[in-house]
Amino acid sequence: MTPTFNRRQTLALGAGAMSVAVLGPLPGLAKNDSEEAIKKFTGGKTPVQGKIKLDLPEIAENGNTVPMTVTVESPMTEQSHVTDVLIVADENPRSGVVTFHFSPASGVAEANTRIRLAATQDVIAVAKMNDGSFFMSSKQVKVTIGGCGG
Amino acid sequence: MAVKPRIKLDKKEAKKGDVVEVKALVSHVMETGQRRDAAGNIVPRKILNKFTCTIAGKQVFAADFETAVSANPYIQFKFKAEQSGPVVLTWTDDDGSTIVGEETITVT
Repeated sequence: MTPTFNRRQTLALGAGAMSVAVLGPLPGLAKNDSEEAIKKFTGGKTPVQGKIKLDLPEIAENGNTVPMTVTVESPMTEQSHVTDVLIVADENPRSGVVTFHFSPASGVAEANTRIRLAATQDVIAVAKMNDGSFFMSSKQVKVTIGGCGG
Repeated sequence: MAVKPRIKLDKKEAKKGDVVEVKALVSHVMETGQRRDAAGNIVPRKILNKFTCTIAGKQVFAADFETAVSANPYIQFKFKAEQSGPVVLTWTDDDGSTIVGEETITVT
């Protein structure tokens, strides 16, 4: 008996081959310098988990423009406020995404922008407080179409 | 390049201490420097790398953009109304040129 493929099987084979081509290198191998970027930002200190709310979609249909809102819990007074928030993405060709600089005049430590994500990955936010402490939080975003010219 | 940013304050008149939300959109390619054109040459990087907001001359918010910020960057942030004055938003391009937009806040 010769192996014959009906239409459905042929399509399935094609889709399988395509997904292998699209996935490319295995996840975990393509890590960029996000850890070094965080270390540079914190000056070697280990940030504590918490205080930051990263609002990103679970699944981004278009990685070219993913809406992102960062909110840091802080009274935002002269005595206690957030000074900087670093956002990095660990599977983008370059780790840096954006750095926000707040001041007590910000009132609320909240900012929103639209970012590019090349693949499914974790987006990490690290906040620097005026007293020198650091907090971090991360969120995974599943990307169906990459955003860096891919 | 005469690009006019679109800026919106959620209120133009605020009481002292109120939190005002700013939304701003500017058109820019935000070229990452990683794309190749049809001939296979790398398209040079050209992004807006810095954004600042000053109110009556005092900086209240700033951001450093990297290549992972989408084309036509949108930014939304808040500030606490302290004094009346011009709200000046400035974007700085890689080539050193700037895009400036201005609104006015009246604090009562």
